[in-house]
Amino acid sequence: MLDVRLYMAQRISALVMAPLVIGHIAVMIYAVQGGLTTAEILGRTQGSLLWFVFYGLFVLAVSVHAAIGLRVIAGEWFGWRGLPLTLFSCAVFILMLLLGARAVMAVTFS
Amino acid sequence: MSVDENSKNLEVSVWRGDASGGEYSHYTVPSYSNQTVLDVVSWIQQHCDATLTYRFACRVGMCGSCAMTVNGEPRWTCRTHVNKVIKGDKLTVAPLRNLPVIKDLAADMDPFFEKWVKAKGVHEPSASRHDPMVAVDPQSPQRMAASEGIECINCAVCYSACDTVAANPDYLGPAALQRAWTLVNDEKNKDANSVLDAVSQTGGCHSCHSHGSCTAYCPAELNPMKAVAGLKRTTAFKFLGKRR
Repeated sequence: MLDVRLYMAQRISALVMAPLVIGHIAVMIYAVQGGLTTAEILGRTQGSLLWFVFYGLFVLAVSVHAAIGLRVIAGEWFGWRGLPLTLFSCAVFILMLLLGARAVMAVTFS
Repeated sequence: MSVDENSKNLEVSVWRGDASGGEYSHYTVPSYSNQTVLDVVSWIQQHCDATLTYRFACRVGMCGSCAMTVNGEPRWTCRTHVNKVIKGDKLTVAPLRNLPVIKDLAADMDPFFEKWVKAKGVHEPSASRHDPMVAVDPQSPQRMAASEGIECINCAVCYSACDTVAANPDYLGPAALQRAWTLVNDEKNKDANSVLDAVSQTGGCHSCHSHGSCTAYCPAELNPMKAVAGLKRTTAFKFLGKRR
């Protein structure tokens, strides 16, 4: 299920996620001070290249990390191997990437 | 052996069957004050049913032949005293988990050793008898890492204890990977990189979840989990381009 390439992809994506998670939580704590409104969030993110890159990278790292993690779980729990397992992993990756990219675009561009 | 002062009996359940299936048979065995699980199995074979099949050789914890599942946990039965593992007066003995059964308590070790070969666990000399001997410093970190794993007796207790092997039959398992780590660190082994490549394939060291059952159950008190961690670390650096 895991060879060294997938193992490294999962570890590197975790390395990428670690500071992004801390940044995400820090901004959450900062943002909720004195209430939280949609307008406040969008006011910060819309048109911001920084937040587009921040959450774009986050979504990419999550998609890689989760797809490989679910690949291992599917392989161990359901005994999937070969092409079905690869198709499942790719489907998870693409689905998470599309959903995440849609959310990032929605809060940074529109 | 002296009979226990209380003259108690053990209620022993022994798995009987073959690859097609089986069930537990129940035996009453006299309890002795100094008695191993292998003694119990042998008593049953000698006094109750001569057809009971099991495997042992040295009876002193050197050969790695007699491992079985005792009260749900993998043990070397020749060195496992009944009074250390008994629950009440009940003892359950089954073949090793994660391996096919040949008959009764004898597990088929072929998949276990095939994975040693697949992990490139076969020593390939770096020099012939005509070359000068390689100088080995016993205190060098690399040699000490190799020496940590060389007392493995191939009993397959770690392989049986490993939940990753249970969930992923392709996984090479702790013993084969510990052997690979020993060879990676052995100056006298020809090609460490080929060993690292072998353990970097699907089912190699990266499948390990570091549960630690291998280290917890190893009867020789080795640390296969540390060896697997060493392989993960070394293959990761190799992947990033660091040469050994």
